[in-house]
Amino acid sequence: MKTLKELEEIRQRALESVNLRKERNGTRVVVGMGTCGIAAGARPVLLAFLEEVKKRNLQDVIVTQTGCIGVCRLEPMAEVYRPGEEKVTYVKLTPEKVRRIVAEHIVNGRPVTEFTIGAADQQ
Amino acid sequence: MELYRAHVLVCGGTGCTSSGSPAIIDKFNEELEKHNIKNEVKVVRTGCFGLCEVGPVVIVYPEGAFYSRVKAEDVPEIVEEHLVKGRIVKRLLYHDSIAQDQTIKSLDEVGFYKKQMRIALRNCGIIDPENIEEYIAMDGYKALAKVLTEMTPEQVIEVVKASGLRGRGGAGFPTGLKWEFTRKAPGDKKYVCCNADEGDPGAFMDRSILEGDPHSVIEAMAIAGYAVGADQGYIYVRAEYPIAVKRLTIAIAQAREYGLLGKDIFGTGFNFDIELRLGAGAFVCGEETALMASIEGKRGEPRPRPPFPAIKGVFSKPTLLNNVETYANIPPIILKGPEWFSSIGTERSKGTKVFALGGKINNTGLVEVPMGTTLREIVYDIGGGIPGGKKFKAAQTGGPSGGCIPAQHLDTPIDYESLIQIGSMMGSGGLIIMDEDTCMVDIARFFLDFTVSESCGKCPPCRIGTKRMLEILDRIVSGKGQEGDIEKLELLAKNIKAAALCGLGQTAPNPVLSTIRYFRDEYEAHIKEKRCPAGVCQALLRYVIIAELCKGCGLCARNCPVGAISGERKKPYSIDADKCIKCGVCIEKCPFNAIKKQ
Repeated sequence: MKTLKELEEIRQRALESVNLRKERNGTRVVVGMGTCGIAAGARPVLLAFLEEVKKRNLQDVIVTQTGCIGVCRLEPMAEVYRPGEEKVTYVKLTPEKVRRIVAEHIVNGRPVTEFTIGAADQQ
Repeated sequence: MELYRAHVLVCGGTGCTSSGSPAIIDKFNEELEKHNIKNEVKVVRTGCFGLCEVGPVVIVYPEGAFYSRVKAEDVPEIVEEHLVKGRIVKRLLYHDSIAQDQTIKSLDEVGFYKKQMRIALRNCGIIDPENIEEYIAMDGYKALAKVLTEMTPEQVIEVVKASGLRGRGGAGFPTGLKWEFTRKAPGDKKYVCCNADEGDPGAFMDRSILEGDPHSVIEAMAIAGYAVGADQGYIYVRAEYPIAVKRLTIAIAQAREYGLLGKDIFGTGFNFDIELRLGAGAFVCGEETALMASIEGKRGEPRPRPPFPAIKGVFSKPTLLNNVETYANIPPIILKGPEWFSSIGTERSKGTKVFALGGKINNTGLVEVPMGTTLREIVYDIGGGIPGGKKFKAAQTGGPSGGCIPAQHLDTPIDYESLIQIGSMMGSGGLIIMDEDTCMVDIARFFLDFTVSESCGKCPPCRIGTKRMLEILDRIVSGKGQEGDIEKLELLAKNIKAAALCGLGQTAPNPVLSTIRYFRDEYEAHIKEKRCPAGVCQALLRYVIIAELCKGCGLCARNCPVGAISGERKKPYSIDADKCIKCGVCIEKCPFNAIKKQ
């Protein structure tokens, strides 16, 4: 090790590998991964969330999963919990929709209403 | 870099390893492979989480689900339910981690961790000890970088002095002062040593730090090397700690590979390297002068001090010797500043102390609390109290050099001075809890027996004196105690304390003295009434049949191996005390609980 910069680079790189292991109060994204969700394509959706979070280096966002949320016909679904706000349920997700949700809702705080369960019900 | 959505942390401390955590790790890898999610879930083997009682322990992040007593057979369920479907396996959760509303409490909220403050153990159970990058991620080697590039050695020593850190090996000597003495000692070749020869019965905190976070010790030793002007370090660790030895070996090799040990560290021209020295597990080798003799390849025997190691240590050169836990505190002190550290703890004892909690306590394990926490908080809030609702009788601190703390001192804040005042000492941090079924004379005998067999034999007070004390105690527990034995013990103790060569001999009588001080009545009961109040000392026990409870079935008589029980059927039986060998078979066989030890 010759420089402090080198140490800091390793630290930044390695931080991602341990970052998951702490208690957090930030945003939680929960992807429905019951049989119905998985069959409808929840895995690419989950991976898209992870990739976006990593790409944007969002420190306080965790992506996790749950079983069947209950409206199987609208899968793949995900719920976004932000501290102090009501949960938002997104339905019929695709990796493309995920990218918009991360950019508009998780980063900028504006839910993408057209992808939510409320919008889907009105159709 | 793989994208992981979950981390599975499996405890790889000695406790959990021996109760099967390696098989759990293998099973996780196998099951993850089977479900094709190996690239989404990372399995990490960590150091000790502390709650050894309920091991093997597995924590799954990001939920922070704390699974206890996990068996390899449980792994498929965890993978299938939790990692694939996202449903936490409640039956395996640690009982205290489910809140009343059925949600999962975070680890900090669990009773065992709530009152703890982890400084020395900061990374234990969180990082993979065999991966230097995970240590670096937790700000590892940042303190070393800081001292080498921003501070003079004198400034480093000032910071350590100002923090108020005192030696965690037991005696509590101010660490900064020790560093200063070594720096000021004349001579250009100096050494930095780490005492990892943990030998107290019931103590395992140094082992857990070495196993869970070896780099913190390596980093601190390099910092110390810079501060005192040394370029060579030795870690003296006992060979009975194979996991610690293995992880240290890996950690030293990684540090060298990353250029954090070796020549010209951070391009500052500072050189420092560390070698391991394995001890054969002689208790006396934990004494500093004996330890240094052993490092040199000589027989591990103490020598008189002065000269102190700071003046004349390893290979007769000035040597700094600190204990594992002391070193583990150094990097956070450098990074967060001495004011942060000295704001924790009491007036004269700063920071935290790690205790190995054992004996008659629900949560056996490793705890780190701020100095000044009371024994009651440790026993009841963190330790979860005494099993079976029994009464607390005493806590033994400081191993064979320490003493007992009786129930009336439960509210004493634990720091160096308070413990000395009540006739015990901090010691390295073994904390053995005893309940009402413990015989204090027997406990004193146990510790003295340890010292007698571990005495190096160099000085007569320790070699002969402790042996004589043990003989008296043997006599007392076997029912042959004589009037005046207590006084004889006290006199011997006083002389051994005054005359022994090293700290081990000088403190060897402590367990006897402190039990006499607080439990003299038990000694007297053994000597005068030939009775063991706790019902432990075999020779003093009598087995009797309680006539009112005996139905006269004769089962006891048929099972007695020496024919000591006789009677008529349907009438109370009786035991012939002269023939009875106190094997306890009759108690086990009696269906009416009619036989008691007295």
